[in-house]
Amino acid sequence: MSILANKNIRLLVQGFTGSQATLHSEQSIEYGTNIVGGVTPGKGGQTHLNAPVFDSVHDAMESVQPNASIIFVPAAFCKDSILEAADAGIKLIICITEGVPTLDMLIVKKRVDELGIRLIGPNCPGIITPGEAKLGIMPGSIHLPGSIGIISRSGTLTYEAVKQTSDLGLGQSTCVGIGGDPIPGTSFIDVLKLFESDNKTKAIVMVGEIGGTAEEEAGEYIKDNVTKPVISYIAGQTAPAGKRMGHAGAIIAGGKGTAVNKIAKLQDCGVHIAENLLQIGSKTKEVLG
Amino acid sequence: MNLHEYQGKELFAKFGLPVSKNKVITIAEDAINACKDIGGNKWVVKVQVHAGGRGKSGGVKLISSPEDAVDFANQWLGKRMVTYQTDEQGQLVNAILIEEYTDIAQELYLSAVVDRGTQRIVFIGSSEGGVNIEEVAEKTPERIIYEQIDPLTGPLAFQARKISKVLGLNNDQSREFSRMLPQLTDLFISYDLTLLEINPLVITKEGKLHCLDAKINVDSNAIYRQPEIQEMHDPSQEDPRELEAAMNDLSYVSLDGNIGCMVNGAGLAMGTMDTIKYFGGAPANFLDVGGTATQERVSKGFKIILADPEVKVVLVNIFGGIVRCDLIAEGILAAIEEVGVSIPVVVRLEGNSAKKGSSILAESNSEIVSLNDLEEAAKKAVELSK
Repeated sequence: MSILANKNIRLLVQGFTGSQATLHSEQSIEYGTNIVGGVTPGKGGQTHLNAPVFDSVHDAMESVQPNASIIFVPAAFCKDSILEAADAGIKLIICITEGVPTLDMLIVKKRVDELGIRLIGPNCPGIITPGEAKLGIMPGSIHLPGSIGIISRSGTLTYEAVKQTSDLGLGQSTCVGIGGDPIPGTSFIDVLKLFESDNKTKAIVMVGEIGGTAEEEAGEYIKDNVTKPVISYIAGQTAPAGKRMGHAGAIIAGGKGTAVNKIAKLQDCGVHIAENLLQIGSKTKEVLG
Repeated sequence: MNLHEYQGKELFAKFGLPVSKNKVITIAEDAINACKDIGGNKWVVKVQVHAGGRGKSGGVKLISSPEDAVDFANQWLGKRMVTYQTDEQGQLVNAILIEEYTDIAQELYLSAVVDRGTQRIVFIGSSEGGVNIEEVAEKTPERIIYEQIDPLTGPLAFQARKISKVLGLNNDQSREFSRMLPQLTDLFISYDLTLLEINPLVITKEGKLHCLDAKINVDSNAIYRQPEIQEMHDPSQEDPRELEAAMNDLSYVSLDGNIGCMVNGAGLAMGTMDTIKYFGGAPANFLDVGGTATQERVSKGFKIILADPEVKVVLVNIFGGIVRCDLIAEGILAAIEEVGVSIPVVVRLEGNSAKKGSSILAESNSEIVSLNDLEEAAKKAVELSK
C-alpha cells in the first residue's frame, strides 16, 4: 500500500501547455504516471505530450475522468484553478506554484475543507509513491520503493532525506511535500494520520523548519495518536531572529516557532530528533533497529 | 513589504479611521509651514523608519514650537536609527511625520494578523496598550482577546462588542469601535495585508478612539495586484544586498560569518547553514538560488556573496533535481569565470548526474574543490575559512 497516490492515479495537468508543466509532465510520464489529459483555456481540442488538452476541468472530467489534478498555472490564477478543480469534483489537488497570495489561500482552504478535498501545497514539490506514480517535480531517480513515509515543508531538503533513506536501502512508501507557505492545504497532522494507517509505512520522517507552529502541533498529535516511530529534522537552527515590525507576530507565536522550541517539543512528544541534516537516514535506520 | 507609519495613516484616513492631522517632511525647513498648516501650539514629531521601538530611542518627541520641529528634523534626517527591533546598522531616516498633539486618557492595543494556526484573519486586542504588550501576553493572557474573522461573514457586530469589552470601552466608544472593525477588515483585505497594528490605539481626553500609530505589512506574494502599495515601496529601508538579490529573484539574508553559501531551496539553505555551524564554521549569508540553478542565477549569486568583504570561502550546495548536475557544473564554471572569483570555492553536487558534474569541476583548471558528500564539503569549507 501507499498513501494518496498509486498506480490507479488518473492525473490531469492544469496549465498543461506551459513550459514548466511540459517539462515536469514529461518526467512524470517517463516515471510511469498515467496523465490522462491537461487543461489550458483556449487550447481545447489540441494534443500535448500525446494527451488531450481541454478548455476546462469540467470538460476533462466528462471525457477522461481524472481522479487527481496537478496545478502549474501562475500564482495569480491558482485560486481560480484550485476552485475549478474542486467544483468539477476532483478530490486530490496538488498545487506546485509558489507565490500564491495568502488571502487567496484563506478562502481556498475554507472551501476545499468544506468539500472534503485533499489539497497539497501550494509552493510544494508534490507527491511520489516510488515505483508507482510521481505527481510532482521531484527527481524520480533518487527514490526507492520501501517503508519510510516522508513528510516535508521543504523541497530540496526532502530530496536529501529521500537520498539518505534510499542509500541505506530503506526506501520510501510515499513522500509528501506539503509546502512552506503560511496557509498550506495539508498539514503535517493530515499526512501523519494517513501514514499511521498505511500498512507499508514502518517509520515516518518529518522534515520541518523554523516559523509557524505546525511542528509543535504535529508533536502533540504524535504523542497521542501515532504508534509508528517518527524521526524529525528541523532546519534553521542557526537562522538569526531577523528584523521585525511590531508585536503581533510575537504575541501570536507565544515563544513557539524557533528551532529550539520545536525540537524540545518534539522530543517531549517522543519524536526521534536527527540533530543534523546529514543524520536523517542513519537516525531512521538506528530507530528501526 | 513594510509601510511607513505615515503611509499606513494615509490608508487609515482613506478608510474612515480616526487619525491625527499630519504632514510629512523630508527637508528640515519645511517643518515651519507644516506646523502652521496643522495648527495648534503643540505637535508630535516622529522619525519614519521600518521598525518599532522608536520612542525608546529618541525618535518621537513632543514639541511646542515649529523651530523645535526644525531642530528635531535636522538631528535625524539622513541619520540611521537603531532600536531594539532593528539590526546594529539601524534604519535610514528620510522623512519626519509631524502630527497635531493628542491629549491621551488611555492607551490600548489593537492588531490584526493572518494566523497560521486558525487559518483566519485574527484581531488581537488589549486594554494594556503601549510597548509592553508582549509581556502582557505572557503574564496576563486574560487581558488579551483573539477574535477570528470568518471569511464568509466578515466581522460581525457582536465580535466588535466582545473586543470592546476587553478593551474596556464605554457604550459610545463601543459603538464607535463597531464602525471601525469592518473598516479595518476592509483595509486588511483590500490591500492584502499580513499585519496591521495600532499600538497605541488611544482614548482621548474627549473620550474618542484615535489611531496614534500604524504598522502595516503587505503580503509580498500579492504586491503584483497592489499598484498603490508598489508606489509606497521605500528601498532605503532594506539591506542593499538583500534588495539587489530580490530584484534578481534570489532570496538573500546577510549574516555575520565568513563562509558564503549558495544553495538551491530555502530549507536546504538553512540546513546547509546548520551543517556549517555544526562543524564549527560561521555562515556569511543565507542564499537560495531557486530550484533551477542556472548560470545566470549562479553568477548573480556569486556577485552578491562576494560583495561581502568578510567572505573567505564560498560553499555551493546544489541538489540537482530535474536539472542535471553536469549542466549546473558548467554553469558554475562559467559564472566563476564571468564574475572573477578569487577566493576558494567548495562545490557539493548531488542528485541527477552528480558524478558527471563533479568530474567536470575536477577536470577544470579552476581552484574548485568538488565533493559529492555534504559532510566533507562542509568540513572543507570550515577548514578554508579559518
